[in-house]
Amino acid sequence: MSGEESVIEAEGAVPTTADEGAAAGGESVGDSPLRREDARALRGETTYTDDFGQEAAALAFVRSPHAHAEVAGIDTEAAEAIDGVVAVYTWGDLAESDAPMRLPVRTGPLDCEVPGHPVLAADRVRYDGQPVAAVVAKDRYVAADGVEAVEVEYDPLPVETDPEAAASEDAPTLFEDAPDNVAAVGELGDREATDRAFAAAEEVVSVELENNRLIPSALEPRAALAEHDRTEGFTVTMTSQSPHGHRRKLSHTLGVPERQIRVISPDVGGGFGHKGHHHPGEAMAAWAARELGESVKWTATRSANYREGAHGRDHRTTAELALDADGRFRGLRVDTHAGIGGYALGGGGAMPGWYGRLLASQYEIPAIYCRSRCVFTTTAPVHSYRGAGRPEAIYVTERLVDVAAEELGADPVELRRRNFLDPDGFPHETAVGATYDSGNYEPTLESAVDAVSGLPRGGERDDDGRLRGVGIASYVESTGGGFESGVVRVHPDGGVTVSAGTHDHGQGHGTIYAQIVADEHPVAPEEIEVVEGDTDKIPTGTGTFGSRSTVVGGNAVAESAQEVFGKAREIAAHELDADPGAVETTDSGFRVADGAGEGSDAGDQRVSFAEVADRAYGRGLPEGLSPGLEATTFYELDNTAYTFGTHAVAVAVDPETGEYEVERYVAVDDCGVRVNPRIVEGQVHGGVAQGLGQARSERATYGADGALAASTMLDYALPRASDLPDIETRAQETPSPDNELGVKGIGEGGTVAAPPALVNAVVDAVPGVDHLDMPVTAERVRTAIED
Amino acid sequence: MSEHEIAATVDGATETATVEARRLLVHALRENWGYTQPTVGCESGKCGACTVEMDGEVVKSCCVLAVQADGSEITTVGGIEGAPDGLAEVGGDDVAAADDDGFGPVQRSFHEEHGLQCGYCTPGMILRSRDLLAANPDPSREEIREGLKGNVCRCTGYENVVDAVEAAARKLEPIETDGGAPEDAVDAADGGAD
Amino acid sequence: MFPPQFDYERPDSLDAALDALADEDAVPLAGGHDLVPMLKARERTPGTVVDLGGLAALRGVERVVADGTERLSIGALTTDAALLDADPAGVDALLDATSEVGDAQIRNRGTVGGNLAAAHPASDIPAATLAAGATLHLVGPDGDRTVPAGEFATGDHETVCTDDELVTRVSVPLDPDAGGAYARKTHPSTGYAAVGVAARLRVVDGAVADPRVAAVGLLDVPTRLPAVEGALVGVDAGSPVDAVAGAAERATEGIDGAVREDHVVSAGQRCAVLPEYTERAVSAALARAVGREGVVA
Repeated sequence: MSGEESVIEAEGAVPTTADEGAAAGGESVGDSPLRREDARALRGETTYTDDFGQEAAALAFVRSPHAHAEVAGIDTEAAEAIDGVVAVYTWGDLAESDAPMRLPVRTGPLDCEVPGHPVLAADRVRYDGQPVAAVVAKDRYVAADGVEAVEVEYDPLPVETDPEAAASEDAPTLFEDAPDNVAAVGELGDREATDRAFAAAEEVVSVELENNRLIPSALEPRAALAEHDRTEGFTVTMTSQSPHGHRRKLSHTLGVPERQIRVISPDVGGGFGHKGHHHPGEAMAAWAARELGESVKWTATRSANYREGAHGRDHRTTAELALDADGRFRGLRVDTHAGIGGYALGGGGAMPGWYGRLLASQYEIPAIYCRSRCVFTTTAPVHSYRGAGRPEAIYVTERLVDVAAEELGADPVELRRRNFLDPDGFPHETAVGATYDSGNYEPTLESAVDAVSGLPRGGERDDDGRLRGVGIASYVESTGGGFESGVVRVHPDGGVTVSAGTHDHGQGHGTIYAQIVADEHPVAPEEIEVVEGDTDKIPTGTGTFGSRSTVVGGNAVAESAQEVFGKAREIAAHELDADPGAVETTDSGFRVADGAGEGSDAGDQRVSFAEVADRAYGRGLPEGLSPGLEATTFYELDNTAYTFGTHAVAVAVDPETGEYEVERYVAVDDCGVRVNPRIVEGQVHGGVAQGLGQARSERATYGADGALAASTMLDYALPRASDLPDIETRAQETPSPDNELGVKGIGEGGTVAAPPALVNAVVDAVPGVDHLDMPVTAERVRTAIED
Repeated sequence: MSEHEIAATVDGATETATVEARRLLVHALRENWGYTQPTVGCESGKCGACTVEMDGEVVKSCCVLAVQADGSEITTVGGIEGAPDGLAEVGGDDVAAADDDGFGPVQRSFHEEHGLQCGYCTPGMILRSRDLLAANPDPSREEIREGLKGNVCRCTGYENVVDAVEAAARKLEPIETDGGAPEDAVDAADGGAD
Repeated sequence: MFPPQFDYERPDSLDAALDALADEDAVPLAGGHDLVPMLKARERTPGTVVDLGGLAALRGVERVVADGTERLSIGALTTDAALLDADPAGVDALLDATSEVGDAQIRNRGTVGGNLAAAHPASDIPAATLAAGATLHLVGPDGDRTVPAGEFATGDHETVCTDDELVTRVSVPLDPDAGGAYARKTHPSTGYAAVGVAARLRVVDGAVADPRVAAVGLLDVPTRLPAVEGALVGVDAGSPVDAVAGAAERATEGIDGAVREDHVVSAGQRCAVLPEYTERAVSAALARAVGREGVVA
């Protein structure tokens, strides 16, 4: 299952994955057994956070209608008088407690000292929807009554929602220590070398672009049910992609040791980043539960969820590419203003400073310099959303390559091919400090190009009068950062519990981890239970985000399995009176390998895994072995694993209305060894859908008054089934040499590749246009054609 | 601020509650009666996560007052059985008997086609898909996409959802009736729901 | 997102309903897909919600003859789904428009009368009733009255229907020669029409006659497209393509009022796509009318 032996040679288009796997009925790594997670969901037996605590008191927030204002006064009297309202809290109440009640901010990478987001506004609000007061009531209806009855007096201040404008001289200042609103400046690469490359270049092309602000929009809003017991401490059941991460953050916010907090993350209805961040809701619920001595539940309404963020993207970028006479890339220079919102949330404030790490994409670019200014704006905090910097970086490069092709009169496919990294040149360190583990780019490009070959393009008009365009985007994606825990625990009856610090909210970890453990080991997947999402049951872990779970969680589990079953083999050898090297595994146990034992019937000398497990906790262990059969691994890669691929899009544009249809979408991805190809395919579909959402319709628009215009699902253009095209997937497998499983992550590739591929296609269809900003609405296309 | 005694049949069980007039059906189901299958996604009538069947028709239970459901028969995804109305599974009882999960053909197709990820939209998606197939047993992909536009999914990109509905359609066939003439269409409208 | 307190009544007769609505804080509830979301957002805070669900007499679709003309009478509480199931002949545009309303779940609850009475500026059905020359029947404490579809809505969620009146039915003239159709550009976020166009016309002696074309989503109230109608008269039904396109190009001429816009779809874009959807609606209506030319009622 791992290492070089399993290399599937990339030979252009590998067949689509749709019919693989389950048809064969296999359950090993590389098969596609049906998901064990499905049955509960299909019967409606899943348990999401809001399904718990139906008797708990309800928490709701009074939210600022102003994007920027001094809070002059809060009158809670009328709210407190409502029958059923239990308590109304303001910052004054929190400040009197011994809990800090400010969401921690990672200030290390910032150039300023700024306070963390207060759970309730202290004296000033910095975005529309910021919590100002909290109402706890007997149920959510009464809590809403209470919210309505709280009277807040605001002294409005000027607003600025655009990151570039917010960094200008006449913009209102959000924090004293950042007078120009620039929280941090991130620099990557070698500025002087890049300047020299540009000075020597034959051709320089440039593009100015916006990476539009997005709302992650998991279908389940964030929620938290908090309980407090003087002995046990806090138990917070919440929508978390990262239970241990939230425990740590809550520990800071509440001012209590981590051991006093248990975070349970049950079924979670989608994450996409925004359930990895720490927001006021869970902290306020916990604080109130302790204060009141009763359970308190907070469930965000959709509009609250949209208004409080965290949102994603929001970059304004100027980028230039230097080329030599042969069309080889010599330098890349990028300058970005990234909006981080009204508060630095955790590490989100400095995140854009690192986004340029993927700017080299799949190309040999000897000199790169990227400067990113992380700018406070009077908007909801911005943090990681599916892709988290990767889509922003690849969008810059892949747009520039197409602009260069257009200006040089080159074929965009050929231009990419000419600049691809040499498949024999891995590992490869880029000019912005990323070290790619493995890659073989040309076959994925060829496969994608082949899928759209022969289609009309370049603004060709078909019989229906529509303009045709084809676009491609090649990408790399960094996956598997940080450490992860994986435990394999064998019970005395031979049953296995696998646990990991990751958290499944749709990715199928239960199915995947069982495949990994059952692969090569004498235990059937149905004997393996997979547990995640409870800090009391799992050693400290990191969580699920950044396309990391299979990479680090999977390898942690695999390594623990190796250790456990290695020990089991020793016990089996002892039982069989054979040398461990002569023992081989069967489906359900061990036997002496043919020809290795005494006599011709060696293969009949067997011991079941259940018997071995029983021995592990009983008597008769071989000398030197201690009792027990379990292992814990904390796994971390020295370097992340780099997924890659090329996506191709064909569009048809109506020149009169600007409306366009995606006639073909083909995703060719290489995420190394695919543990479960069907699940990989599902991740690609979902990522592409979100990428097309960004490219075509989604935008978290703020009005001139600083209020979020896209504050409900009716105002935010989230794609429906009728808005999306069919998505064809193809796969190639180039194993990562850096981890035992050979895997790379795939959760985000679609959000990385789809935006530039779509924009490149529409730009190709519209003659005389070299760029269109996202979302590429019909209006933008139409006005571009008219101009 | 009137309160009302209401009674409804939910997944075959009789449920009663005293509710404020303003209480939404989805909250009566989830909080008063413990039927957490319908979930709340958008609150504005767009996403369809709260979809249930009410007197045989799929509705968005976040846009219905609980008191309006007094006397009605409600089915959540936990209460469905077998094939959608008017359809039977090709192969009949043999297929059902072999299916130890107890899933109907639509649920089974979502399972087989990986038509769900996080599961939050799934109860609504299943109910609406059954409804769609009952009305149109052989839908095109375009008809499926159009037919599911009231059910938002943020995980799957809908690709495998559409595949699942297509696969379910292949598993199903209309139940043969004994040739009765269709009701006069205009009169039939008299029986429309509230 | 939780409604405020209110009282609830479910009258079982029209008289009882009118009595209940006499209370000035009372609002009627039909399918609820306009009212309930507004209650949840606390944009409306009625004293009493009067559920019309018990008024069985206001449901159903029937053909009636009045003043020598045949009309389709649609009870106000007929759901969108029930109207589509009934599939009555002679109201093509209305059926097209109704099938575009919301989604299947919404059409199961939403009613034809409720859709009209809510007067959402981007709702589909009002385009069809305007193009069809329909009449709304209202009843109130002072008795019955009728209002032509074109005079019903007076603004965004505003109509001539007073707070103590109810729409009881809508009656649509039936003309077996006529063809109708509705085409819309769906708003990318709301799901309502960005623009929707209903067309209804006849073919007489091989030429277009009596065209009526109406748009929603454009202004705060449904509006006829007079220049299009004028240009369509007499168009050769045998080779209409260029003439219909030419007529549709004039869609925004003579429109009176501010074109709607929001952060997703601008006024300019609505005007820009209006000809395309006008052309689609008119072409489809014409194709249907051609199929019926010469058919005797």
